[in-house]
Amino acid sequence: MNLLQTLEKEEMTRVSEGKTIPDFRPGDTLRVNVKIKEGDRERVQAYEGVCIARSGEGLNANFTVRKISFGEGVERVFPLYSPSLDSIQVVRMGRVRRAKLYYLRERRGKRARIAERQRTRTEVDSGADAEA
Amino acid sequence: MNPKASYQRRTGVIAKKLGMMRLFGDDGAHIPVTVLQIDGCRVIAHRTAEKDGYTALRLGAGTPKVKRMTKAERGQFAKANIEARKQVVEFRVPADLMAPVGAEITADHFVVGQKVDVSGLTIGKGFAGSMKRWNFGGLRATHGVSVSHRSHGSTGQRQDPGKVFKNKKMAGHLGQERVTTQNLDVVKVDAERGLVFVRGAVPGSENTWVEVRDAVKAKLPDGAPKPAGVRQAADAAA
Repeated sequence: MNLLQTLEKEEMTRVSEGKTIPDFRPGDTLRVNVKIKEGDRERVQAYEGVCIARSGEGLNANFTVRKISFGEGVERVFPLYSPSLDSIQVVRMGRVRRAKLYYLRERRGKRARIAERQRTRTEVDSGADAEA
Repeated sequence: MNPKASYQRRTGVIAKKLGMMRLFGDDGAHIPVTVLQIDGCRVIAHRTAEKDGYTALRLGAGTPKVKRMTKAERGQFAKANIEARKQVVEFRVPADLMAPVGAEITADHFVVGQKVDVSGLTIGKGFAGSMKRWNFGGLRATHGVSVSHRSHGSTGQRQDPGKVFKNKKMAGHLGQERVTTQNLDVVKVDAERGLVFVRGAVPGSENTWVEVRDAVKAKLPDGAPKPAGVRQAADAAA
């Protein structure tokens, strides 16, 4: 491992200190708790929607969450290791056959459904994805 | 004398550009940083007013293949009792800011929050057209333009002046020239590993040498070590 990779790893552990980033995939429904600064006060706002893409790797990893807000589709891209994320919860796991669910953008309501995914045995054994 | 001039400032440092990465601020801000490594950067010799007519420090960094060095080069290091160094650079320094010969300059020469200028050799682009080299717009994609979509267009006027002016921006060699990027923030310093994290991009490709100096256009914070952030290595006397 070269020094730059080591440094990125250190930054990852520094940023995610005291946090557990759950294991999730595109198709999963997430609740992302975002820290919002109002003046000198800080509060947490939840943003819930379907993860339609994960991109980047390591420290530079991002994920995209799509939801329908007041009839309007909204997508937000979050850096996975951003300090402004309070926590990420996996609300529901979905079974999909794509890595990028951009087709959901053309779909609404019933056609935008995603089937629920059962946990695989390894996921159950390792106790991963502690449901919120 | 002009207090801003480079020869009135602390010595610079030879560093190796390791590459770029991202740091996160506490507020969630992304800070793009270039990681510079200062490893074994030592003072090889002095240039003094009596002998040379100016004052400067000669610094060296990196480990060369000794068999590839000339006898004359080896002699210089032998005189200072220092193992040979690959990259040697002279930094103009006022007489009261001379670090002793043999001193190793470390990363805590720079303090977090100060600004630095970084000089290096940019990545060579070869023979580049005017669009790439000078950000010209090129010609139109349609409307009768044929073959010359990326050309520069006209280079002058008519019979008067009847020539192309000197320094006309045209296609030619791009890159591989010495460039200084000014006023880069020092975001983080890791003295143990000799790392300086500088906000933004720095000239040159990865694993090349760059020169890091205190910014000419910014005030040096009072906490910066003078004459230099130095580690008196155990083998300095050896």
